[in-house]
Amino acid sequence: MKHILWILMALIGAICLAVLATARGEQINALWIVIAAVSTFLVAYRYYALYIARHVMRLNPARATPALYRADGLDYVATDRRVLFGHHFAAIAGAGPLVGPVLAAQMGYLPGTLWIIAGVVLAGAVQDFMVLFISMRRDGRSLGELVRMEMGPIAGTIALAGAFMIMVIILAVLALIVVRALAESPWGMFTVVATIPLALIMGAYTRWVRPGRIGEVSLFGFVGLILAIVFGQTIAASPFWGPLFTFTPEQLCWILIGYGAVASILPVWLLLAPRDYLSTFLKIGAIAALAIGIVIMAPPLRMPPLTQFIGGGGPVWSGGLFPFLFITIACGAVSGFHALIASGTTPKLIASEADARFIGYGAMLMEAFVAIMALVGAAILDPGIYFAMNSPTALLGTDPTSAAAAVTAMGFPITPDLLVQTARDVGEHSIIARTGGAPTLAVAMAEIFSHVVGGPAMKAFWYHFAILFEALFILTAVDAGTRAGRFMLQDLIGLLVPAFRGSTSLAPGLVATALCVASWGFFLYQGVTDPLGGVNTLWPVFGISNQMLAAMALMLATVVLFRMKRQRYAWVTVVPTLWLLICTLSAGGLKLWSSDPAVGFLIHARLFSEAAARGELLAPAKSMAQMEAIIFNDRIDAALCGLFLAVVLSLLFFTIKTCIAALRDAKPSASETPRQMVPAE
Amino acid sequence: MNGLYRQLRAMARLMVGQPSYEAYLAHMARHHPHAEPMTRTAFFRNREQARYAGSNGGKCC
Repeated sequence: MKHILWILMALIGAICLAVLATARGEQINALWIVIAAVSTFLVAYRYYALYIARHVMRLNPARATPALYRADGLDYVATDRRVLFGHHFAAIAGAGPLVGPVLAAQMGYLPGTLWIIAGVVLAGAVQDFMVLFISMRRDGRSLGELVRMEMGPIAGTIALAGAFMIMVIILAVLALIVVRALAESPWGMFTVVATIPLALIMGAYTRWVRPGRIGEVSLFGFVGLILAIVFGQTIAASPFWGPLFTFTPEQLCWILIGYGAVASILPVWLLLAPRDYLSTFLKIGAIAALAIGIVIMAPPLRMPPLTQFIGGGGPVWSGGLFPFLFITIACGAVSGFHALIASGTTPKLIASEADARFIGYGAMLMEAFVAIMALVGAAILDPGIYFAMNSPTALLGTDPTSAAAAVTAMGFPITPDLLVQTARDVGEHSIIARTGGAPTLAVAMAEIFSHVVGGPAMKAFWYHFAILFEALFILTAVDAGTRAGRFMLQDLIGLLVPAFRGSTSLAPGLVATALCVASWGFFLYQGVTDPLGGVNTLWPVFGISNQMLAAMALMLATVVLFRMKRQRYAWVTVVPTLWLLICTLSAGGLKLWSSDPAVGFLIHARLFSEAAARGELLAPAKSMAQMEAIIFNDRIDAALCGLFLAVVLSLLFFTIKTCIAALRDAKPSASETPRQMVPAE
Repeated sequence: MNGLYRQLRAMARLMVGQPSYEAYLAHMARHHPHAEPMTRTAFFRNREQARYAGSNGGKCC
């Protein structure tokens, strides 16, 4: 009897999916996607997550969590599960689930929708939940330590090095998105720059005036942000101030590198903490507003379910549906980065083992919902506008006429006037080739928000609000990520030079910070100067690395299940591991050895170096120096892909080795912290 | 209503790394009755450093 409602919900989900899958030719409403996703998620949470909790993990509410047996009122605090859910969700949701689905929309809305729904239920949420479980049973230790404990010190070091490289790529790609969104956009640039003095004032206020009053200081900051957006329009139009806030992508790249270096060594209370308040609350608010807006507006999907690019040859990113769709949407379906969060602060705050399902599995479902909304956003736009915004300049040219002609030739008819009008509506000079996903999403959010509040006259305001919201939390991530990367690097170098580790003296920290900024700065510069727009090259590398980290986390989970002598349940983690290995190894392999120069780095490098040897210039290079730069970048990217492949294959080797050893062992060998019971009140 | 407000407030504060000061005081009173607990401001600064200056400052993509 208690299952009837759930069966009904499963039926609703199935019907919605069937409608989506069979709709051809006519436009259908975006709510079909939303309802299909939500009902699938609820059913998966009720049955699959419960199955994992009861049978695979055998969660025991009577068993004390680290928050109880290590309680210190600071790091280890038993926290209400709803409060902790918010904390965990805010930590895992970022730019990733917003950008990936927008880029994936070049294949139509259907492949992305299906992958997000299936991926999160079977892989992403399982990974987050399992890592949270493993860490919770081991005093809340971090991923690197967990791998070391269960798979040995070599595997632990490899995992740590892999995590550092992934961090570098994430920072570079996030910074690139900001560059693409703010280049040649004085209004956007002014609002983002205005956040720095605002944050400094907020920092000073929480330092000296009223420490700890996060609410009032955030309210002050929020009002400041809105004023900055409003005045931004005047600033951008002013003949004196406008050009002062107009930057080319190269200039912005250097500004960001400088900013990253300075911001990450300032005291945290001055800039990082207050801006984190703003970006966190704005992020949660914007996500909630987007959900409400989509439900109220109930927009039709204008993107076709499938485009001709599923076979490859798309302008937004290269490669066919398999494997590249599955690495383009990383966060939202499955994200390895979450393994670092689920083994960070959350396991130290969880009050009861019974809460782990809600927090580990549930928060990830919520993130998948964010990804679904981003996909809906991209799919409600005119496909002509979508492709005009997301194709590289090399394809479109720079003026509306050439861009409209190029996009129309792709099969998405659009007039130059509409491109000009759309740019004017959102208060930009041009929307052509604004790659990176963020501007596209901002146009979609402006469309949705202005439908609900303010009408067409508010579009420009909402566009810049959306750009500011994305740029703000990306900049916070760049700052926080540089600090985290610095500590990772110090740990790694510390293995060779012990003086480097956790030292209180200034020099190692500065050296590690400089190295960290230089690493992501290198990839950022490479992306910015890439004539194809950079996102084209960097996003797949980011996707591959993120999915590989997910595969590593799921391999750890598999090892733990084998060592707990629960190998008969190990399919729960083995199936997604295999899928991720297939996707990432084939994507990585194609990036290295594909004979298609749009996909393979090495063949592209060979083509250019052969031409250079003959003294020829190949488009888009305009000089021999650019030819050399392209060849060098290709080789670096190829080396990076090779390195990722080596990391994941060596961890696969350790996984198989440890699992076989665990099978031979007659007793469980997983190194959980000995069981303590919840004290009776 | 009051309970909901308190919970949302606690959630917003924990999102930026600030656990409950009252829970900290309760913990100190129960387990370390003879130790002097940190003041509210010191507690705020302590948590601020732990969130942003430590190695776990990483946020997701």
